[in-house]
This record gives sequence, C-alpha cells and structure tokens, in this order.
Amino acid sequence: MAMHVARNWRETPERYRMEAAKCKKCSAIHFPARLICPECQGREFATVRLSGKGELATFTIIRVAPTGFGDLTPYAVGIVKMDEGIHVMAQIVDCNPEELKIGDRVVSQFRRINQEGKTGMILYGYKFVPDLGL
Amino acid sequence: MNEVAIIGVGMTKWGELWEKSFRDISVEAALKCLDDAGVDKVDSITVGTMSGGLFNAQEHLGSLVADYLGQRFVPATRVESACASGGLAVKTAYMEVASGISQYALAVGVEKMTDVDGGDATFALATASDYDYEAFHGITFPGLYALMAVAHMKKYGTSLEQLAQVSVKNHHNGSLNPHAQFPCAVTLDQVMTSTMVADPMRLLHCSPITDGSAAVLLVPLAVAKKMNKPYAVITGIGHASDTIALCQRKDFAKLEVVEVAAQRALKMAGKTIRDIDFAEVHDCFSIAEIMVMEALGVVESGQGGPATMNGLTALDGDFPINPSGGLKSKGHPVGATGVAQVVEAVIQLRGQAGPRQIKNARTALTQNMGGSGASSIIHILEAR
Amino acid sequence: MIGIVGYGSHIPRYRIRVEEIAKVWGADAPAYKKGLGLNEKSVPAPDEDCATLAVSASRNALRRANIDPKQIGAVYVGSESHPYAVKPTGTIVSEALGACPFVHTADLEFACKAGTEGMFIALHLVKSGVVQYALAVGADTSQGAPGDALEFSAAAGAAAFIMGSKNLAAELLDTHCYMTDTPDFWRREHAYYPEHGGRFTGKPAYEKHLYSATSGMLEKAKLKPEDISYVIFHQPNGKFPVNAAQKLGFKEPQYKLGLLCPTLGNTYSGSSPMGLAATLDAAEADRLILLVSYGSGAGSDAFVFRTTKKLLEIRDMAPKTRKQLDEHKQYIEYGTYAKFRRKILRAE
Repeated sequence: MAMHVARNWRETPERYRMEAAKCKKCSAIHFPARLICPECQGREFATVRLSGKGELATFTIIRVAPTGFGDLTPYAVGIVKMDEGIHVMAQIVDCNPEELKIGDRVVSQFRRINQEGKTGMILYGYKFVPDLGL
Repeated sequence: MNEVAIIGVGMTKWGELWEKSFRDISVEAALKCLDDAGVDKVDSITVGTMSGGLFNAQEHLGSLVADYLGQRFVPATRVESACASGGLAVKTAYMEVASGISQYALAVGVEKMTDVDGGDATFALATASDYDYEAFHGITFPGLYALMAVAHMKKYGTSLEQLAQVSVKNHHNGSLNPHAQFPCAVTLDQVMTSTMVADPMRLLHCSPITDGSAAVLLVPLAVAKKMNKPYAVITGIGHASDTIALCQRKDFAKLEVVEVAAQRALKMAGKTIRDIDFAEVHDCFSIAEIMVMEALGVVESGQGGPATMNGLTALDGDFPINPSGGLKSKGHPVGATGVAQVVEAVIQLRGQAGPRQIKNARTALTQNMGGSGASSIIHILEAR
Repeated sequence: MIGIVGYGSHIPRYRIRVEEIAKVWGADAPAYKKGLGLNEKSVPAPDEDCATLAVSASRNALRRANIDPKQIGAVYVGSESHPYAVKPTGTIVSEALGACPFVHTADLEFACKAGTEGMFIALHLVKSGVVQYALAVGADTSQGAPGDALEFSAAAGAAAFIMGSKNLAAELLDTHCYMTDTPDFWRREHAYYPEHGGRFTGKPAYEKHLYSATSGMLEKAKLKPEDISYVIFHQPNGKFPVNAAQKLGFKEPQYKLGLLCPTLGNTYSGSSPMGLAATLDAAEADRLILLVSYGSGAGSDAFVFRTTKKLLEIRDMAPKTRKQLDEHKQYIEYGTYAKFRRKILRAE
C-alpha cells in the first residue's frame, strides 16, 4: 500500500471521534461532513459527535479480503443505523460473525483499521462491537 | 436533434487474454465493429474504461485507442463511471451524433484486468466505492452487494436458491455464446456449494475478472438508412447518479438509481416496461439482477427472486434477461460491459443470435451500473 | 485536595488458558498454574494495540469524570508496547478523546511501572496548579517470547485515571518512590521479545523494590497495614503479589479486590492500575487504598488514596473491570492466538 499520510490524517475528526455535520437549517446530520446539505441545500453546519451507539441494519462476512485485511478473515462488515438516525459502514468485531443478526445493538470502539505496510503509518478508526451493556 | 442508429458492432472473445494487451483488445473490437459497418474512418471515438491507471498504469486512453486504430487526429475522449463506463461511452457517442457534431461516432468499451494480481484488481475495483468510508473499512464489492442481499432477504424473504438460480440461468445462456468467458452450464447445487466470498455471495454468484472489449458505431438514422445494413435505433436513454456510499441510501434492498434511469429512458422512448421484449442487465452479482428487474418494473419489489425461479427471465420466458449470459457467464471487463450489452441487444434485434436468439425481439433494454448503484445508464433500442 | 475524578479500564475480549499454551510446548500445565498462580490471560484482538486500549480505557474514565475533554491539560500514556518507536501514542489518545490541541502529552516507558509513572506525574501536575485535569493511562499488549515462561502471563489491558482537584472519587494522601538500577528484565531497541534474568527477577528485583516502597510509604504516611482497607501490588503473576501481601502484613480481604492476575495475566503497564480500577469499582467510601507498582529496571511507585462518597455515584457510569474480565470473554486456541499476535509468517 502506498503512503497516504495527508489523506488519512485529514480524516482524523471523522475516524477518531466520529464527528459529523449537523445542518443548521434542516437539522439533517451528515457523516462524513459535507459542504452543502443534500436535503435542503443549506451551507452552514454545526459539528456534532455521534454517540457511537446503534443497531445493525445489514451485514456480511468477508472471507476473501482486500490487501491489508488478510490477518482479519473472516470478519464482519455491517451498516449500522446510528441512534442519531444516520447510517455508517464499518467492521463489526469482538463477535462471532456467524451469530450476528439484523437489529443487534452495537457500540463503536477505537481500533486499528489497517497499516501502510510494515513500516508505514498505522491507520486507526471506528469499528463496532456488540453492545453488552457492560 | 438527429435520431441515432447503431450500424456496426464488434467484440473480442472475453476471458483471461494473456497474450493480448489493452491496445490489442480495444483495437480488435473496434476493427470488428468498423468492418461490420463497412466504415473505415470515424469522426469521433469515445473510450469507456474504468481504470487504465490502476489496471495497466496507462491513462490518456482516448488517444491510445485512436492512435492504434489508425485514426490519428480524430477527437478521442475517455469517459469513466466505474463499471458503467461502457454505457457512458455509448451515451456520449449518442450525444456526438444527435447533436450533429459527429456523423460516425465510435464507442469502445474496454478493460484489461489481468495485468495485475487479484489483490491489486480488488483494490482497483474498490475505488468505485466511497474509498475513505467504505473500502477503507475492508469492504469489497462482493461484500457491498452481500449487504444488499442480506437486506433484500430480510425484507422480502428472497432465498439463497433464488439467488443461485440467477447464475444457473445466466450460465445456461452464456453456454450458447461463443464470446463468453465461461460458456458452461452450472447446476443449482454447484452454485449453492461454491466457495463463500462474502456471505451470502458465493463464488458462482459473482462475475469474474475479465479482459475484453466491445465496440459500437453510431450514425444519424438518416445515414443508416442509406447504408444498406441492418441497424437498430436508440430511442431512449436514461442516466442517473446516486450517493457514492451504499450506507447513505434510504433502502438497501432497492436500486433507486436504476428506477430513476429506467423511468427517464422509457419516457424518452415513449414506452412502458411492458413494451420491452428482453433486457441485458448488470448482474455483477446474482442479487443485482434481482434488484435491477424490480427497479426496472419488470416485477414488483420483492418478486425478483420468485420470478427468476419461475422462469420469467429465462431465454424462453416472458421477459428474457441476459440472453448473452450476462456479466456472470460472459465475463465482466468493467469498462467493456456496458458496450457489450448494447452489442448483444443489436445482435438480438438483427436476429443474428443463433441458438440464444429471442423470438420476435423488436425492443431491447440495456442497463449498466456503476459501483454499488451510484450510477446507472439505460439504453432502449428498437429494430426498424 | 487532589486525586482521582474519573477512572476506567479496558480488557480485550479474548482469553487463552495456561493449558492451551502448555500443550504446544509440552510444558507441565498444573505445575505452571500452581507456580504462577495463573489460569488464563487476556489476548488482544488483531486490531487492538496500546493506543486503542488506552483510548477505550480513557473514554470510560471520561464517562465517570463527566468533564469536557478540552479541560484535560495533560495526557500521559505509559506502555512498553507503544505502537510506534518514534511518534507519540499520547497524541493519538488525546485526539481520539477530543483533548487537542491545548494539552501537554508524553509517552512513558518503565517496563511494568509506566502506568503509575503517568499517575505520579499527572497527580503532581494537578497539585502544582499547572493544569486543571490530567489523564494518566497504563496500557500494554505485552509480548512474551513463544515457549518462554512469560508467554503464560504476558497479557493485554489498560486502565486510565483522570486527576483533578474537585469532585474527587479518591483523594491522594501521599506518594513514595523507590528506585535503583537493577537489570532484571529488558528489551533492546528493535528486539521483538523481552529478555529477563530468570530467578533474579524475584528477590533482588520485585521483592526488594516493592517491599521497600511499601514499608517506606507506610512509614512516611504514618500508617500500619491494618489501617489500609485495600491494597494493590504489581501482579507479574498470581503469586508474587500474594507473597508480598503476606510478608508485609496484609490479609486476603485487603488484596482480593485488586488481584486480577489469575484470570487476566500480567498487563504490564496496565497491571497495578487495573487492580486499582477494579478496587474502585467495589470499594466502600472513606477507606484507604494502597497502590504499589513495580517496573523492572527497577523501581516502585507507591500511592495512598482515600475513597469518597463521590466514588459511589460515578462508578456505574462505565463498564466495571471485573465484569469485563469475567463476563465478556471468548477462549481461543493457540493457533488463533498465534494468528492474532502475528506469530505466523505470512507472505508479504
């Protein structure tokens, strides 16, 4: 994998803190942030942090992984309906993928997503884990 | 605006073409097309290809094709809409002719995918998703369509058997197509026990990695009429885009982009879906064909699976889909697919499809799709 | 008054039993279990490292502290498994919490003592008035060489503490340190696995430093073992801290809350801090806690805290340590462990 230091670094607010943009005109939440609201064409936004909680809307188990993800197979990727109402795609970890069900409650955690070879940057971001209400 | 006809078609045998380069296959298909039309000089060339850069470390593909086709100085344009690049090339050539800018407009779709290994090919294809928010998380294209399949199964009760039947049907059709990459029949059992790629998408639910090219030559209808050759008329075009990321759509069990593009194409052609005799659709994964037939209005939402099981879309069914074998059996050289769909439609409308010929085929629809449904281009063609 | 205003821990979901490791190397599992006082250990998932564990533990601490992360003026992450040799873990943690950019941060390393080093600095920085709140984290995904005795115990986990001067859950009464240059355990730059001095790690290392720090602390604070309700010692295995407690005059009810090693393993920089987190989860108000760490190389930091009523209000606001340890676990076999810990050579 090639080095993309700046490209990944500039996604830090979204990947590390799940920062989203809330339209000041129509209150629609966008993740990642946008410059214009597709719902109302508004151009002013407030930064909000997603709660990280939601439920599984759909998911799959990746058995043939792309470059950099081979150590993780088999791993689940799902679309999570966040409690804020928007959807986010990410891996679902700390679970037996075979036992996942649509509607399962999940919560975000900070994890390693990938790395740029053995000597490059480590890329961090959000994944989801089953919400066990611990 | 000129009415536009297709006067020539050509395509290479598709597959893993180890001896042939990007320029070899694109020129081969283009020459077949020009020979078919009996034309040796064109006014414009549109090349539809998804990622010459990542598959072949070669961009500037319009000029490359024009140069090696012996058409130096001809205006050549490369267009890209991921796996819908081919459909976009046909649409662009249409606009060249309809606007009167070109008389002979050549559209070439091409992808040479086997010059990189599987990992790099997967990476190149993944760039058709939202790279920073989908591919970054380790999702693959089989995975994206699997997410849709799981949602569709949950919402409508679509079964694994119904999904598998799409592949069985398309492989049967492909076994009758000499250009297909995998011209072999497969059984339901073979599909349902093939290697799992991304649950529930198994290997035989997925279109393959393919080298291939296809080309069509477009001319004003008035010109076509004087050429003494069989032709087909493009009477409808529908083109739409949607969110780049799957997760931002309202319903993961529905391809809205296809619905919108279909409505536009049918409106332009002054037709309803009931007027269509057959369709070539973008079955990159088995679930895609089911969702596309629902979005086109061939069946109600949720009825794609049962209808496939009941033979509605078989060669001898009431609404044949993918007589060519589709992406599944014929292969999926991504940029070439949309052009090859039009090639198949023209061959059928001319009555030249041999053992896979659909009886009384007069009106055809082709549906090409980019990414997980972030773009779709639909053409309606009619025999005259 | 200064002390702890929020605390949290994070334990990976995966565990491996001593028997499973022993089976691979032909080792005598019952003897190891008895000798080390250890049944199983935590194993980090393949996408967890010191930084991710530190973030998860810190987020739990932030929930309990219930403060704006921007008010945190200092972040210290102690670990011997920082993901980068050069590039701070502290910036990753600060950024993920939302504490940037007006924050001082440093990565610390002192074998198993780096976590309490951060606590020591954080507490005294708050005391000096330089910052309003300071975060200290002990986090490790420690490595033991395959086949080495350390492989049975080297585990993963993290504990985080937010120090402040009001709304204290536990007030700091005093600290004490004991330090010499004693080479009982080390890992050279670029070396993948640590090395150790075998039985030299016992008497002249762990015992001398930890025992001296403990007696020194009690003497300085004018306390006797029976004044202390809860005591936590560094836990390289299940046996050393129990021996220490007995020799120093403490009884089981005093150390049992914080003794996690038998089912957690040694989380290195996270070890005694996680014991403190588990103790805070269950301690009564207005009781004294004695925490004494140990880091090879070698030294011990000792702390005496007094719990407050506030502790009882905040401790249900984040996952408790014992609950994570006992209820949220999945056992893996050695093959999966080797895959997770990247001990299998794969094609590039």
